[in-house]
Amino acid sequence: MPEIKVTPLGAGQDVGRSCILVSIAGKNVMLDCGMHMGYNDDRRFPDFSYITQNGRLTDFLDCVIISHFHLDHCGALPYFSEMVGYDGPIYMTHPTKAICPILLEDYRKITVDKKGEINFFTSQMIKDCMKKVVAVHLHQTVQVDEELEIKAYYAGHVLGAAMFQIKVGCESVVYTGDYNMTPDRHLGAAWIDKCRPDLLITESTYATTIRDSKRCRERDFLKKVHETVERGGKVLIPVFALGRAQELCILLETFWERMNLKAPIYFSTGLTEKANHYYKLFITWTNQKIRKTFVQRNMFEFKHIKAFDRAFADNPGPMVVFATPGMLHAGQSLQIFKKWAGNEKNMVIMPGYCVQGTVGHKILSGQRKLEMEGRQILEVKMQVEYMSFSAHADAKGIMQLIRQAEPRSVLLVHGEAKKMEFLKQKIEQEFHVNCYMPANGETTTVFTNPSIPVDISLGLLKRETAIGLLPDVKKPQLMHGTLIMKDNSFRLVSPEQALKELGLAEHQLRFTCRVHLQDARKEHETVLRVYNHLKGVLKDYSVQHLPDGSITVESILIQATAHSEDQGTKVLLVSWTYQDEELGSYLTSLLKKGLPSSTA
Amino acid sequence: MAAHLKKRVYEEFTKVVQQQHEDLSTKKLRLTKPSKSAALHVDLCKATSPADALQYLLQFARKPVEVESVEGVVRILLEHYYKENDASVRLKIASLLGLLSKTPGFSPDCIVDDAINTLQNEKSHQVLAQLLDTLLVIGMKLTENPSVRMRLVDVACKHLTDSSHGVRNKCLQLIGCLGPVEKGVAKEAESQAAKDVQKIIGDHFNDQDPRVRTAAIKAMLQLHERGLKLQQAIYNQACKLLADDYEQVRSAAVQLIWVLSQLYPESIVPIPSSNEEIRLVDDAFGKICHMVSDGSWVVRVQAAKLLGSMQQVSSHFLEQTLDKKLMSDLRRKRTAHERAKELYSSGEFSSGRKWGDDAPKEEIDTGAVNLIESGACGAFVHGLEDEMYEVRIAAVEALCMLAQSSPSFAEKCLDFLVDMFNDEIEEVRLQSIHTMRKISNNITLREDQLDTVLAVLEDSSRDIREALHELLCCTNVSTKEGIHLALVELLKNLTKYPTDRESIWKCLKFLGSRHPTLVLPLVPELLSTHPFFDTPEPDMDDPAYIAVLVLIFNAAKSCPTMPALFSDHTFRHYAYLRDSLSHLVPPLRLPGRKLVSSPVSPSIASHEDPSQQFLHQSLERVYNLQHLDPQGIQELLEFTIRDLQRLGELQSELAGMADFTATYLQCQLLLIKALQEKLWSVAAPLYLKQNALASAAAKQILEETYKMEFMYSGVESSQVVIIHHMRLQAKALQLIVTARTTRGVEPLFGMCEKFLQEVDSFQRCFISELPHMQGSFVDKLLDLMPRLVTSKPSEVVKILQTTLRQSTFLHLPLPEQLHKATANIIEPTGESDNPLRFTSGLVVALDVDATLEHVQDPQGTVKVQVLYPDGQAQIIHPKPADFRNPGPGRHRLITQVYLSHTAWTEPCQIEVRLLLAYNSNRSKASAKMPKPTWSESLEALPQSENGIEGTIPFSKAVKVYIMPKPARR
Repeated sequence: MPEIKVTPLGAGQDVGRSCILVSIAGKNVMLDCGMHMGYNDDRRFPDFSYITQNGRLTDFLDCVIISHFHLDHCGALPYFSEMVGYDGPIYMTHPTKAICPILLEDYRKITVDKKGEINFFTSQMIKDCMKKVVAVHLHQTVQVDEELEIKAYYAGHVLGAAMFQIKVGCESVVYTGDYNMTPDRHLGAAWIDKCRPDLLITESTYATTIRDSKRCRERDFLKKVHETVERGGKVLIPVFALGRAQELCILLETFWERMNLKAPIYFSTGLTEKANHYYKLFITWTNQKIRKTFVQRNMFEFKHIKAFDRAFADNPGPMVVFATPGMLHAGQSLQIFKKWAGNEKNMVIMPGYCVQGTVGHKILSGQRKLEMEGRQILEVKMQVEYMSFSAHADAKGIMQLIRQAEPRSVLLVHGEAKKMEFLKQKIEQEFHVNCYMPANGETTTVFTNPSIPVDISLGLLKRETAIGLLPDVKKPQLMHGTLIMKDNSFRLVSPEQALKELGLAEHQLRFTCRVHLQDARKEHETVLRVYNHLKGVLKDYSVQHLPDGSITVESILIQATAHSEDQGTKVLLVSWTYQDEELGSYLTSLLKKGLPSSTA
Repeated sequence: MAAHLKKRVYEEFTKVVQQQHEDLSTKKLRLTKPSKSAALHVDLCKATSPADALQYLLQFARKPVEVESVEGVVRILLEHYYKENDASVRLKIASLLGLLSKTPGFSPDCIVDDAINTLQNEKSHQVLAQLLDTLLVIGMKLTENPSVRMRLVDVACKHLTDSSHGVRNKCLQLIGCLGPVEKGVAKEAESQAAKDVQKIIGDHFNDQDPRVRTAAIKAMLQLHERGLKLQQAIYNQACKLLADDYEQVRSAAVQLIWVLSQLYPESIVPIPSSNEEIRLVDDAFGKICHMVSDGSWVVRVQAAKLLGSMQQVSSHFLEQTLDKKLMSDLRRKRTAHERAKELYSSGEFSSGRKWGDDAPKEEIDTGAVNLIESGACGAFVHGLEDEMYEVRIAAVEALCMLAQSSPSFAEKCLDFLVDMFNDEIEEVRLQSIHTMRKISNNITLREDQLDTVLAVLEDSSRDIREALHELLCCTNVSTKEGIHLALVELLKNLTKYPTDRESIWKCLKFLGSRHPTLVLPLVPELLSTHPFFDTPEPDMDDPAYIAVLVLIFNAAKSCPTMPALFSDHTFRHYAYLRDSLSHLVPPLRLPGRKLVSSPVSPSIASHEDPSQQFLHQSLERVYNLQHLDPQGIQELLEFTIRDLQRLGELQSELAGMADFTATYLQCQLLLIKALQEKLWSVAAPLYLKQNALASAAAKQILEETYKMEFMYSGVESSQVVIIHHMRLQAKALQLIVTARTTRGVEPLFGMCEKFLQEVDSFQRCFISELPHMQGSFVDKLLDLMPRLVTSKPSEVVKILQTTLRQSTFLHLPLPEQLHKATANIIEPTGESDNPLRFTSGLVVALDVDATLEHVQDPQGTVKVQVLYPDGQAQIIHPKPADFRNPGPGRHRLITQVYLSHTAWTEPCQIEVRLLLAYNSNRSKASAKMPKPTWSESLEALPQSENGIEGTIPFSKAVKVYIMPKPARR
C-alpha cells in the first residue's frame, strides 16, 4: 500500500526549529529549516545527519520549502545549504525571499559579532544560499520535477507567509507553516480551497485556546495610547522589528489620521526601514483595505510615523515611540525606558510575550523597582500595559482550516505535546479522520489510497453511459470493458478493440444447463407452457417462440426434449453466452422452481 | 414530419410575400419603406457562406421590427433555420427568435408550435440551449395560457437528460419559470404525464455539473417566488448541498435553506448523532451561521445577510452567535466585554491593567468542548471580524435587524457594535453607527460603552461625526456621569471642528430633553454657579456656552425645579437664545419672568401666531392702501419690505414666506418707481441717460420674478400666475422704455409682436385664474387686445403705458408652506491666506462642501460656478453621487471642483458660488396646469416662453486664494 512518511526534525511536539521531512511517492521534501531560540549549542539547528551520514544532501532531497521568514522557520538555511551542503532548489514566496536575508544577516551579526561565536555561517554564505532560492507566486503550480509539484496558498501570519501543497500524482500533502485565520490590520486571513490532501500538516501553537475578538484589544490599545497622549505623556512600545510592529504602525497611523491627532510617532530605525520598504512593495500580500486604497495612498508610506533619533527622547510634549527589541532587555528600547520610567504620565505597552529575566518580564509581573547595572535603582512610575497581539490560528481557526481543506488525515506540529493531545482528540472526534503528533525524530507513516487514472475511449464511455440512467458522480457505476496495462499506462477499451489490438480471435463462451421438468405432456405443449410462463414473468424482455420449437429470451436459447428414459420428465436445455450470465442464471433458477400449476 | 412542417412554413411564407407584391403594385409610396421581412429574406438568400448570413442577421438585429411584420420575419427565419447547416447561424437565428417574440404588442401564440418543433432535430447543444431560452421568452409572454406552459414544461423535461450542462441549465430555468404552481392545475395535468415539478427539479440537486446544480436550486427558488409551497422534504437535500465544492451551489443552497426555514419554522428535525430534536428554524439558523465561516466570501456575505431576517429563531440560539466560548489552555476565559462589564459594576474605574488580568479562570471539561459543530456559536463574532468589508457590513445589517426584534439580543450585541466603530473602513463604521441608532430604543448605554462611542467624536470624517450626533440624539444614558461625559466630549468636538456647531447643539437639545433628571444635579457645575459668590458672566457668543445652555434649557422644560438654580444672567441669556435660536430653545415657564411668557397661553402655537399675524397685517395694510398718493405708497412699501426682511431673519419658520412677499413688494416698488420717472412726461430724446433707471428696474424685476418662481418650494399656481403677471408688466415696461429710446419703428415691430404673443400665451396658460385678476394690468390689456393687434407699434406703446400706470397691483395670496432654497458653502471657508499653488496648465482640485436646504431635485439643478479674476466664469455640474440626503428637505453637496488657469504673477482670489439652474419647461406652472389647457396650449406655446433657461445664484460667494505658477522648464 502506498504511504507517506513524515519525520519532524524539529517542531515535533515543540515550538521552534521547524523542520519536517516528508517522503511522498518516492519524493523527499524538507519543509522549513529553522533554528531554535532556546539553545546556543548544536541543538539550535536540526540534526541533518538524520537524512544522511555522508554524502551530499542534494542526493536525498528533491526540494526544500520555506513557509515564511521567521527565524524559527528559516534560520538554519545557510548552515544547511552551505555548510552541510545542499544544491537543490529552495522554494519560498517573493516577500520571504526578499526579507529572509535581512533577518539572517541580523541573526548572524548578533551571534558572531556580539556573542563572538566562531564556526558560524558568513554573509557570503547567506548570499550564496539565497541564490539557490526559487521564488513562487500564490496559487502558482510549480513543477519541481516531472512528478512533484508544489503550490502556495495565502497564510496571513506575516508578510509573505504561505501554506504549501505538495503533490505527486494523486497523493498530496499540505503544510501550513504558521497561519492566521482572522485578518488583522495589515494582513488577510489564511485561505485554502477544498484540495482534499491525504495529509494536512498543521501548526498547533494555540491548540487549546479560543481567542476573543481582536477588536476589543485594538480598541483598548488605541484608547490607552490616545489617553496618554492627550495627557501629554509619552508612550513607549517595545517591538521586534517585523510582523507585529507593522500591524501596530498601521493601527496607530490610521487612528491618527482618523482622529486628526498631531502628536509625533517615531519608529526606531535599523532593519525596520529596509523591511518597511518591502511591505510597501508587496501590497498584493496585504489585506483588502490596503490593497484597495494603495492607488490613492500606500498605507505603508506613513504620514505620521517618522524615523526616530536618539535626541528626540528628551523632547518635551507627547509622543509615541516604537523601539526594538521587544523584551526591553537591551538596546534602544531599554534606553528610552530608563529615561521615561520616572514620570507617571508616561506609559509603556508590551505587545508580546517576554522571556523570564528580561526587564519586560519584571515590569509586567509588577516589579516597580528595578536594579540596573552599576547598582542603580530605577523606580518605575510610568504605567505598564500588556497587550497581546498574536498572529497564530486558535483552536477554532485550526478546525476551520481543516474543514476548508477536508484532508484524509491530520498531523500536528509546532505546539506543546499536552495541548496537541487535546486538539488531536477533537479532530478525531469531529472530523473522523486520523490525527498524528510525532515527536522529533519519530516517523509517522500514513497509508494512502490513491486513485489510479485510467484512460477510457470516448466511444466506450458514451456507449456505457447511454445504457445506464443519468450518471451520478457520487456512486460507482458498473461498465463492461477490457483493461489494458501496457507501457506504464492504463487503458479501458471495448473488448472488440482489445482483441484487435492484441491480435486475438474472439472465442465464444457458452454455458449450457439442463433442467429437468416433471411434465407428462407432449414436448411442444411443455414448450408452450414454458413460453407462457416466461412471458408472464419476464415482461421487460423479448421472449420469442421460434417455429423450430425453441424459445429465445433475448439471446438465450431454451429447448425441450423428452427424457430418454422417463417420458414424464422433460429436459430443458438452457444455453447462454458469457455476456448474458446474469440473465441466464436467473432463468435456470426460475425454471428449476418448476412451472406454476395454474397454467396446467 | 419535418418535411411537412417545412411545407407549411413555406406556404405561409409565400402568403406574406404575396402581400408584399400587392403593396408594391397598389401603393407606390410604401416602396420607400420596404418591409423588413422582405429585405431579410433577400439578404439571407444572397448569403453565400455562413459567415455572410451571420453578418446579415447581425445587421438585421440592430433595427427594431414593427409588430405587424414580426410573424413574417419569424417564418422566414424558421425556413432558413431548417436549411442552415452551420451551427453558429442557427444559434443566431434562435436568439433572434427570442428577441422577436419580446417585441411589445406581439403575441407569440402562433409560433409556439414551430419553435417547439425546431428542437426535435437539433444536434448542437448550444443551439438547443438557445432555443430553450427562446421558448422561455415565449412562455413568459404567454403566462396566461396554461396549456402552452404545460407543453413547454414537457419539452423541457424531455431535454433534461441531455448531456450538455447548458441545455439542462436552460431546461431547469424554464421549469422554474413556467412550471405549474397551483395545485389544481398540477392534478389536471397529471393525466398528461406531467409530473411533480418539485421532484424533477429536486432530482437535479445531485447533478454532476455544479452549474446545473445551481440552476436546479435557482429554479426551486423561482418556484417559491411564484407562490409554490416547497415541500419540507427538500430540506435534507439542501443541507447536503451546503457542503458542495462550488461556491455558487453553496450560495444558492443557503438561500434555499433560508426559504424553507421561513416556510416551516416550527416543524421538528432530528439532530444527527443524537436523539434530540430541534425546531427547523433553529437548525437552519445553526447551519447558516456555520456558513458565515465559509471559504468563499460570496457565500459568507449571503449567509450573513440572511441571518438578519430569521426572526423566529429561539433566543438562546440567537445569543450564542455572540459567544465564542473563549478558552485559554483549556480553561474558561472571560471576554474583554465581560471583564469591562465587571470592572464597571465593581465600581472600579479604569485601573491600570495588570499582567495576567485576563488570566483564564476555571478548568474546562475537555470532553464538553466542541470546536466545530457548535452551530451558531460566535457566528457574528466571526462575521464582524471578517477580512472582507462586504461581509462585515452584511453582518452589521443582520445584527441590526435581529436586534430590532429582540431587545435582549440588542442589549447583548451592543458591545460588538461599539467595537465596530473602530473598523478600518469608513463605510462599516458609518453603517454600525446607523445600526446602533436604529436599535437605540431598546438599549441603555453603560458608561464604559458610552466612553467608546464618544471617542469616535474626534473622527475626522464629518459624516461619521454627524451620524454619531444623530445617534446621541436618541440614546439613553444611565447616569449623570454619562451625561457629563457626553457633554464634555461634545464640547471637545466643538473646539476641534467648529463647523459641527449646529449638529452638536441639536444633539444636546435631544440629550437634554431625554434626560431631565440626570441633568438636574449637574446644573450648578455646568453653569459654574456658587452658593455664596457671584461668578463672572460667561460670554454669550461662545458656542460652547450656548451648547451647555441648550442642554440645560431643554432639560428644564420637563423639570420645573431647575430654573431655581439659574442665576440672573442665565435668565437674560434664555431670553436672548429663545429669540435667536428658537428652534433649539424651548419655551419655559420661568418663575420670575411672568411678564415674558404669561400674556399668551404657553402652547407653541401661541408663539407663532403673533409673527404670522404681523405678516398678514402688514400685507393687508399694503394691499388696502394702494390708492394713496404715490409718495405714500412708496414709503409704505419700503417700510413693509424692511419689516418683512427683519421678520424673516428672526422667525426662521416664516423666513420663506416673508422673503417671498418682500421680493414681490420689492418688484412692485421698483415698478412704481420706474413709472414715476420724469422721462415719461418729457420728450424722449432729452432723457436718454435717465431712462437707465427704468430699464434697470425692468431687468431687476425680471430677475426677481425668476427667483420667486424657482427658488421657493411650495409655490402654487395661484402664486405663479401673479409672478408671471409681474413679469409681463416688466416686459411691458421694457418695451415702453425701448420704444422711447430707439428711433425708427422697424425694430419695434418685432418687439410688439413678441410681447403680444406673450400676452396671448399668458392668457392660455392661466385662463382659469383670470377671473381673480379683476382690474389688473393683464385684465385691462386683454380688454384692449382687439385694438392692440391691429394698431401700430407706437400706438401699442402708448396704450401699454397708460394701462401700466392705471393698473392696480395684485394681492399675492400666500401658500401654507413656503421655503426658500438656500445654500451655505462650508468649505472652502474663504479665510485662508495661503494661496493654493499649482502649476499653470495643470489642474488643482478644490474640495467644496455645502449644505442645501429646500432644493428640489438638486442633482439636476445645482451647479457650482467659479469666477476667475479675469471675468472668466466656469460652471461645473456636480456628479449625482456627490449629493447626499441627510434628511427631508436637506441636501449636502460634497464635491471636487477642478481649477486651472494660465500663469499669474501673483496670487489672486477666485469666487466660488452655487447656482440654481432653472428652465421654464420644467416650471411648476406648466406641470400643475389643468390637463385640458395643457394639451390645447402645448402646440401653440411660443418658443420664447417654452425654453427660458438661466441660473440664479443662491449662495454667498466664497473667495479662494489661488496661484497658478508658471511651469518650470
